[in-house]
Amino acid sequence: MPRLLQLLWAQLSGPGMVLKAFFPTCCASADSGLLVGRWVPEQSSAVVLAVVHFPFIPVQVKELLAQVQQASQVGVAVLGTWCHRRQEPEESLGHFLEGLGTLFSHEPWLQLCRERGSKSWNCKATRRQGPTPLAPACEDQVMLIFYDQRKVLLSRLHPPAALPERQAGDATASAGGLAAVFDTVARSEVLFQSDRFDEGPVRLTHWQSEGVEASILVELAKRAAGPVCLLLACLLSLVSAASACRVFRPWPLSFIWSKLSTCEQLRHRLDQLTLVVSAHRAEGPAQLMRKANTLVSVLLDMALGLLLLSWLHRKDRFAHLAEALVPVADRVAEELQHLLQWLMGAPAGLKMNRALDQVLGRFFLYHIHLWISYIHLMSPFIEHILWHLGLSACLGLTVALSILSDIISLLTFHIYCFYVYGARLYSLKIHGLSSLWRLFRGKKWNVLRQRVDSCSYDLDQVWRAGIPPRTGEGCPNWHQAALFIGTLLFTILIFLLPTTALYYLVFTLLRLLVVTVQGLVHLLVDLINSLPLYSLGLRLCRPYRLAAGVKFRVLEHEAGRPLRLLMQINPLPFSHVVRTYRLPSCGCHPKHSWGSLCRKLFFGELIYPWRQRGDKQD
Amino acid sequence: MEDERSLSDICGGRLALHRRYYSPSCLEFCLSCPRISLRSITAVTCTVWLAAYGLFTLCENSMILSAAIFITLLGLLGYLHFVKIDHETLLIIDSLGIQMTSSYASGKESTTFIEMGKVKDVIINEAIYMQKVIYYLCILLKDPVEPHGISQVVPIFQSAKPRLDCLIEVYRSCQEILAHQKAASTSP
Repeated sequence: MPRLLQLLWAQLSGPGMVLKAFFPTCCASADSGLLVGRWVPEQSSAVVLAVVHFPFIPVQVKELLAQVQQASQVGVAVLGTWCHRRQEPEESLGHFLEGLGTLFSHEPWLQLCRERGSKSWNCKATRRQGPTPLAPACEDQVMLIFYDQRKVLLSRLHPPAALPERQAGDATASAGGLAAVFDTVARSEVLFQSDRFDEGPVRLTHWQSEGVEASILVELAKRAAGPVCLLLACLLSLVSAASACRVFRPWPLSFIWSKLSTCEQLRHRLDQLTLVVSAHRAEGPAQLMRKANTLVSVLLDMALGLLLLSWLHRKDRFAHLAEALVPVADRVAEELQHLLQWLMGAPAGLKMNRALDQVLGRFFLYHIHLWISYIHLMSPFIEHILWHLGLSACLGLTVALSILSDIISLLTFHIYCFYVYGARLYSLKIHGLSSLWRLFRGKKWNVLRQRVDSCSYDLDQVWRAGIPPRTGEGCPNWHQAALFIGTLLFTILIFLLPTTALYYLVFTLLRLLVVTVQGLVHLLVDLINSLPLYSLGLRLCRPYRLAAGVKFRVLEHEAGRPLRLLMQINPLPFSHVVRTYRLPSCGCHPKHSWGSLCRKLFFGELIYPWRQRGDKQD
Repeated sequence: MEDERSLSDICGGRLALHRRYYSPSCLEFCLSCPRISLRSITAVTCTVWLAAYGLFTLCENSMILSAAIFITLLGLLGYLHFVKIDHETLLIIDSLGIQMTSSYASGKESTTFIEMGKVKDVIINEAIYMQKVIYYLCILLKDPVEPHGISQVVPIFQSAKPRLDCLIEVYRSCQEILAHQKAASTSP
């Protein structure tokens, strides 16, 4: 039955679009007057922006609207009348309001009325059929949508709609749907500038700011910001010019710069500071947000760095650290020596090739001996070095962390060396074995065609190697020797492989440990560098500022009255905030996938930490 | 106008469908799943705690017991806040849009509103789910570049998974409003 009724209703009402009247909640308690706003014909929606109160002079209202229209490029017009009945219905006021329709002509003419109770609203939209005011009027179906003017004004829709071109006149609505409502409210900010204490010719009700409290400190800061930024920009340009100086360009230095993650982080910090103090005004909200995010992240980074510095300086922790560092390095070297001695015996019950094992083990032991003497040579200076490096923490926690990563890679240089030796030996063996395996199967690598060809080795000739080949056959003598030696070598290599592989395995595990620690430090640095803290704070404290869209709530209504909806801002989820406003970082994404990493490890190719410079190849 | 019906979902569980006619141009369907039962909570908690107690008798480390308590609490909170959906609401407003709301058991609500200008159609689709074929209602979104293309398929009632009879009912109501909308937009 309800469906039948509904169908009948739909048939009767005709295929007219439902008229949507967007009404600000702050005007709900305003006195009677005129509705001022914009009419969007494509969506048949009326966006009410303000209420003009009685008494007014029609000419002045029209002047005000013309001013607003000129300033904001929004077609603001008188849309209809607003009637708030606090007492008994007054017949005279009703007639007067109807009369206003002839004064300000608008199609359709809205008549919004609020009864004494807060729930009964009435809304009529009349459209005159003919040109004369006395022509029969037809009424549209109306839907009332309440919106919070302040929140809609301040919020920013995501993803941002295409910016409407600001042409002269009324050509505006390029943004479709609800974006048009947001756009209208945002652009008619001029209308909201007058506050309730203004004694203008026309009295308006709309959202008003509580008034801006003027503080002398804020004013001074605003005045000072320009010159300070200029000064800082000059200093930064000096620094960047100095860093680009030719003294630092020659080969060994530039190679070292490209390897140190501290240099990279310093360069990134310089870029960030340049962006923050640049004199160019930010174009558009996205860039403004990026600047704010960068500023907050730099400030937080520096605050954390200073905190670290103060913690280190208290109780003279640098000395403790330096005292602890040398024994730790000694301890690591000692453990490595034990490990090597274990490997030189019969590790895990494996029987290794004794000669090769001894040679490799002695070589590595000598290396560790060298390393320990180097550390002991350094030990008197370590405290000073640490103290001076610690000062760099005032440039930010990220710089300190990058220095830490560099120190780790310097202190574990012996592990890196072992790894490289092991990997080189291992890859040599693997490559040798793979080519000899081909020979073993009677194949060979054709260099010209880049493929594996089969090759006929005369086995009989090999078995009778002592007998000279018969003449006239053009017998491949060379092939026999190759096959013989190849088979021998293959056997030797395959018996020596476990020893090399064991050394390679152990040192690769150590190397992977170091790389993982460094990768974690780099991840932390990247997190601090790229997290959009300002946007996240905005989302946390003012959720309506970053809007993903809107949501509607149906307010209770009586039968026969228009439908009332409350439009609320749907805040952007945190994950979207992070994804949209992520700051660009140094860009150290894991270069290897897991599969390629395992493949590289198996074939003994060298792996490096994740951070690799993109622009320079080494 | 309001009415309520009791239905079942694809696994045979109980569902309740509320229908509210606010006006001919505004309809709301609300599917409520049964609330989380005390029995299942008790069963899960008892299992975890008994397992922890078993481990404790083996290892004699009291950390295990406190860890079990924390894991249970956090798991329950996470389940109520992120997994368990109590109501799913579909609000269709003529010439404005379609709004989908899911309210979680903890009271959190997540809302998606799709403007009518972006809606191409509402259809019932088939999908293979585990070992069976199920029907689901979905909204087709217009491709902003190509007018006849579809850019996205948004499923409705994703967690409740009602049966076909319920879907048909919702589908018919949606189509009535969409037809009205189309007629209005073609004849200005």
